[in-house]
Amino acid sequence: MAVKVMIPTPLRAYAGKNESVDIPATTVGEALKGLTEKYADLKKHLYSDDGRLRSFVNVYVNDEDIRYAQKDQTPVRDGDTVSIVPSIAGGRRN
Amino acid sequence: MATKSEATAFAANDTAPVTLTKKEIERYSRHLIMPEVGMEGQLKLKQAKVLCIGTGGLGAPLGLYLAAAGVGRIGLVDFDKVDDSNLQRQILFSTKDVGRPKIEAAADRLHGLNPEIQIDTFDTHLSSENALQILKDYDIVVDGTDNFPTRYLVNDACVLLKKPNVYGSIFRFEGQITIFGFPEGPCYRCLYPEPPPPGLVPSCAEGGVLGVLPGIVGAIQAAETLKLIIGKGDSLIGRLLLFDALAMRFRELKLRKNPDCPMCGAHPTITKLIDYAEFCGVRGEEAPAPRTSVPEITPRDLKARLDRGDDLYVLDVREPHEYQICNLGGHLIPLGDLSKRASELDSSREIVAHCRSGKRSAEAVEFLQRAGFRKVLNLKGGILAWSDEVDPSVPKY
Repeated sequence: MAVKVMIPTPLRAYAGKNESVDIPATTVGEALKGLTEKYADLKKHLYSDDGRLRSFVNVYVNDEDIRYAQKDQTPVRDGDTVSIVPSIAGGRRN
Repeated sequence: MATKSEATAFAANDTAPVTLTKKEIERYSRHLIMPEVGMEGQLKLKQAKVLCIGTGGLGAPLGLYLAAAGVGRIGLVDFDKVDDSNLQRQILFSTKDVGRPKIEAAADRLHGLNPEIQIDTFDTHLSSENALQILKDYDIVVDGTDNFPTRYLVNDACVLLKKPNVYGSIFRFEGQITIFGFPEGPCYRCLYPEPPPPGLVPSCAEGGVLGVLPGIVGAIQAAETLKLIIGKGDSLIGRLLLFDALAMRFRELKLRKNPDCPMCGAHPTITKLIDYAEFCGVRGEEAPAPRTSVPEITPRDLKARLDRGDDLYVLDVREPHEYQICNLGGHLIPLGDLSKRASELDSSREIVAHCRSGKRSAEAVEFLQRAGFRKVLNLKGGILAWSDEVDPSVPKY
């Protein structure tokens, strides 16, 4: 059982430069846990210090926002796509 | 500046009969022969009033297509001047426009393309003080800005004024497009309640944008704007379109209205425009707090010491592709690799770390100090300052 986790461009640097990573999981929470265990640097970009998913990062199972499903407990099935979609603003340099 | 408008909705104005001249019929004939636009749609376009926030990468194709399509009144908001580094993607501008105010160059170009339409120019930063006044005369607002504070400002102003907000944003090879601001649809805060803290926004090492990407995203914003005006097709309301130019793939996600949204939910807690710089944590962005804890060396002092033959080890913590643009002959270890490659460095020698602007190398100096390196200096202002103060032949990027 594996789901494909899509890594957005801004976070690929912290995920081995991969566009997507296959992770065995039965819930979204497991998929993200598997991902951040594999790529520890991703964790602070996805979660705040209190362990909550950051409010400028949204997660979708296929095309559904997990905030409107069962959040971390949202079930995933083999072949599902989990998308991490962070807020992007544009080209201004920081 | 524009005259005061009569209509508030983008439906046809029924107070005065609007027609097309013979010249306009010839100009818009490829629209007129399609039943989806036709005379009715073209007259709606002629009476439409669209405000483009930003005339950069997204605003360029947007402005060009809206003007070409015959949108009767187009407002442009920008405060910037055309810079050499804009020309790689901002196709409204020519080399000869470098140094001109963007809205002036943009208005000239759009007038040249279509003299039949009205162009309003606002040579200003959109702010909490002026946004409602500027937006109120337009039917549709198109967000082509490049920063979080302005995006939240545009969103909130559109929700307060009940105006659709055709949203597009880009990063490197990736774009996001949707429409916010319809009472039944989500707003930007439903999608992202808060912006990323400045520390987690990609730095200049990770920025950049493929020149054609804003062209594609801005053209999609233009298509959505034209469809809203003529009232045809399925709009992107409630759908977030993701585009990846590298994979050349479009994906679509469902966007829901958040019933608890502080801006557009059932019980809004934000009822007026706020301080968006503060909200986004970018107060004092232009003058970042100096890192007093990191010892620094100025480019001039570094040059003098190198010329004197001092034993200095120059460490470049940028990425390899940046090293290829220009370098000071330093030893290259990207900041992200420093922890595993610190053993390459000789802690008995004096090390001067540098990057493009001095920010990443300050982190490198902090890291090396923690790792026990005693003699580490940060090149103040990075390679940009080196170019300004020591060697102008080094290109700035």
